[in-house]
Amino acid sequence: MEPCRPRLLAALVLLLVMPLAPLLALPAVAEDFRLSDQCPPGFEQLGGDVCRLATLYDQYGSLRGRGVGGTRTGLPPRRDGFTAQQIDLGRYLFFDPLLSADGSLSCASCHDPALGFADGRGRSTGLHGEALPRGAPTLWNSAFLQHFFWDARADSLEAQLTGPLYAPEEMGNNPADLLAALRGNDAYPVLFRAAFGDDSGPIDTAQVYAALAAFEASLVSLNSRYDRYAHGDHSALDAEEIAGLNVFRSFVARCAECHTPPLFTNQQVAVIGSPEPPGLARDIGAEATLGSPKLRGAFKVPTLRNIARTAPYMHSGRFETLDEVVTFYNGGRGHAVPEGEALQLHWHIVSPDLADHELEQLVAFLGTLTDERFLPRVPTQVPSGLAVGGRSAREAPTPTGDAP
Amino acid sequence: MKIGKLILALLVLAVAFGGGLWYGKQQSTTIIAANDAGGSYGGGFRSAEPDAKPRATAARGPGGTVHQVREGQAIQDAVNAAEPGDTIRIFPGTYTETVYIDKDGIRLIGVIEQGNWPTLEGEKRLNDAILYSGNDIVVENLKITNYKGNGIMGQAGNNFEIRNNLIIDTGVYGIFPQLGQNGIVEDNVVSGIEDAAIYVGMSDNIHVAGNEVFDSVAGIEIENSRHAIVENNYVHHNTGGVLAFITPGLPIKTTYDVIIRDNFIVDNNTPNFGAPGSTVAGIPAGTGVLIMAADEVVIENNIIRDHQTAGILVVDHANASNITADPDADPAPDQVAILDNLMLNNGYDTIDEVRALMLATMTRGTPDIVRAGEVRDSCIRNRHRYITVGLGDFADCDFANTDNIDNYLLPEPVPPREIDPSEQGKLTYLGICTGCHSYKGILIGPPVEMIQAMYKDDPEGIAAYIADPVKKRPTFPEMPPQDYLAPEVRLAVAEYLLTVGN
Repeated sequence: MEPCRPRLLAALVLLLVMPLAPLLALPAVAEDFRLSDQCPPGFEQLGGDVCRLATLYDQYGSLRGRGVGGTRTGLPPRRDGFTAQQIDLGRYLFFDPLLSADGSLSCASCHDPALGFADGRGRSTGLHGEALPRGAPTLWNSAFLQHFFWDARADSLEAQLTGPLYAPEEMGNNPADLLAALRGNDAYPVLFRAAFGDDSGPIDTAQVYAALAAFEASLVSLNSRYDRYAHGDHSALDAEEIAGLNVFRSFVARCAECHTPPLFTNQQVAVIGSPEPPGLARDIGAEATLGSPKLRGAFKVPTLRNIARTAPYMHSGRFETLDEVVTFYNGGRGHAVPEGEALQLHWHIVSPDLADHELEQLVAFLGTLTDERFLPRVPTQVPSGLAVGGRSAREAPTPTGDAP
Repeated sequence: MKIGKLILALLVLAVAFGGGLWYGKQQSTTIIAANDAGGSYGGGFRSAEPDAKPRATAARGPGGTVHQVREGQAIQDAVNAAEPGDTIRIFPGTYTETVYIDKDGIRLIGVIEQGNWPTLEGEKRLNDAILYSGNDIVVENLKITNYKGNGIMGQAGNNFEIRNNLIIDTGVYGIFPQLGQNGIVEDNVVSGIEDAAIYVGMSDNIHVAGNEVFDSVAGIEIENSRHAIVENNYVHHNTGGVLAFITPGLPIKTTYDVIIRDNFIVDNNTPNFGAPGSTVAGIPAGTGVLIMAADEVVIENNIIRDHQTAGILVVDHANASNITADPDADPAPDQVAILDNLMLNNGYDTIDEVRALMLATMTRGTPDIVRAGEVRDSCIRNRHRYITVGLGDFADCDFANTDNIDNYLLPEPVPPREIDPSEQGKLTYLGICTGCHSYKGILIGPPVEMIQAMYKDDPEGIAAYIADPVKKRPTFPEMPPQDYLAPEVRLAVAEYLLTVGN
């Protein structure tokens, strides 16, 4: 079932055109921008254009409301309730390189809708072309997350987005310059008033963060073939995929113990002992966040939704394919931890000794978690007049060295 | 009068017996006695109103198909064919398969014929024997052996009953209901398990009763769960007997309101053979009852004897090994209540950590009950009966027993997952249709306001179309059929679509 192929194609075409955009760009005219008064797909539109997400999982409960369980289990608490205008303003901001210090990077540079809202790189590329320590995670379904960043150091979308926005080696901006750029733009002051009210005063950072969070929280992917299976259409998966589901949730592979449906993450941190790319020192991960050496090398369990779209894998992209990932997990507890290195591996990291055909089934199952039906439209132009989306991951310069 | 009744009953019996003989000669298959109903044994003396046997699944009316599975057939085929409310009877024989149940209301009932059990055989190759995610699942009378993972594993199924199964040498957990509410695990015999024979994980309202668990690392484990009763079990020859834990690092962070009563907990001294890194791999051999960080645990009227480390060990996270750090999990047990228990011959060859505590507190002898680390607001009854270590700040309990509590099952099962059709129409419209149709303007397909104009007062027309769409306009791509939605859902979504106003 490919109802949205045309839109995907459209998005791809747009992204391909992106590099040409500076040549084609005419100065943006404020009148060209009007915020949508329609909630994004999947959202019910309430009074005041407030958008409330509705999903088929809302039919179900979950134990203690935690949103972890089996096939028909409700989702964790979510962020929604933004207005259609706030979400659409967030969309413009998300694709506008105005947000970076030198006008070269937008959020979409590393969270590219055509690449599963990741960037296709093991480690993202910074403002000056440096290789950053970790990879960009997908933004799909971030409305449901309680912790953000690989090391779980932020507790809200707003706290998360200030990280890359102001990190010197990422977008490199600062609040004063950011506000000055937005306030000095022809279109943004009008758009912010449209989103936050006529009496909302001059643009402030809280509004910027809210609009970006609103857009990010609209990126919902819950309509994969797996979901159809979960809701009761058992013909949605073929025999190999169902066998893969059973390997996935078996207590031999134990994938579902941490990548727990319906979100395919239990939102905890875990030490799995996956290796860094050659030459890179061990990333201590959540040890720094929570101050416990027991969490040395712990990372947030990522969602597996759209996982087939977001290679390479792990926090620093050590594995190119899902085959490599499942082979790692099947390789035995701690097999990739260097001799003498102390890591307290998670108790579900075992030596499952799965057969080759079971690994293939597992990868087949992971492919059923793909759903980009609610892919948002990429703006044809952004208020700054800069290239929509800024420098894309594919045109990023070859890394010249590591970020400090 | 009474004699007359008796004669009549004998007559009925004789006829039934004769009939059975005759029927048995005609057909080699065993007749399954219809013994599901029937009241309680009255006894010769009535003391009080007898309690009904606890149930977790909803009472069933008549109806529901019975599917029979015999050797050479696959249980899974019967599950695939079954509808909610159906029963699957599995006859003796060997079944080498993983059975998964992703639907509600299925009863998987083994038929035991003269000591011959239907056997699920994993050949040390298959992962789990039975996986279920549906509600109202019953698994009874099965022998399960040689699986690599779990014997019976529940993933967020509510209202389950797992009883009368024989689980032998089967991987990690024998019986593992996880993330479910309202369930019974009773009268199972589980042995040779490398983690917990019976493991209740992240669940609420659970009754674990009358099981025999042995030769495993842990006998019965209640982990990150609430409102659980563990009673009348025979727990022997494991490394640790009965455990109540908060394990850090899990998404549900609490354990409280657990009653451990009337169990035989005997000689759990088996050397620990848990997997490296597993939580139970840190259990000292010879531990009768182990409370780690769990709150409101009542230990009452158990016979706890012959454990080399201790009869009861109460510890916080700092005194447990192999566990991770989790700022959201409270590391200390609160309100543990140790009521009267019969304790004999415990702590006779205890571990160094306990010896050190004994030295520090100048305790002599063999310890029945040991506390290590922070434990808050706890109590013990008749402490003089035992040798205790570190219980100085335990108060005297102000209650004596848990007699007022029969079980913690819900008075009514967790209600079925059914919602109002209009709500289902809305969720389906927003969850699926809006991916291609916006109210006004063109996303992929035609706008909803155009569809509304075409199908005014005709939801049936829409429902029929979405099941089997035909290409109507050259400007739009062909719509994929939505026939996987049940007919009533297609109608509900069509009705909702006609009401949408923005």
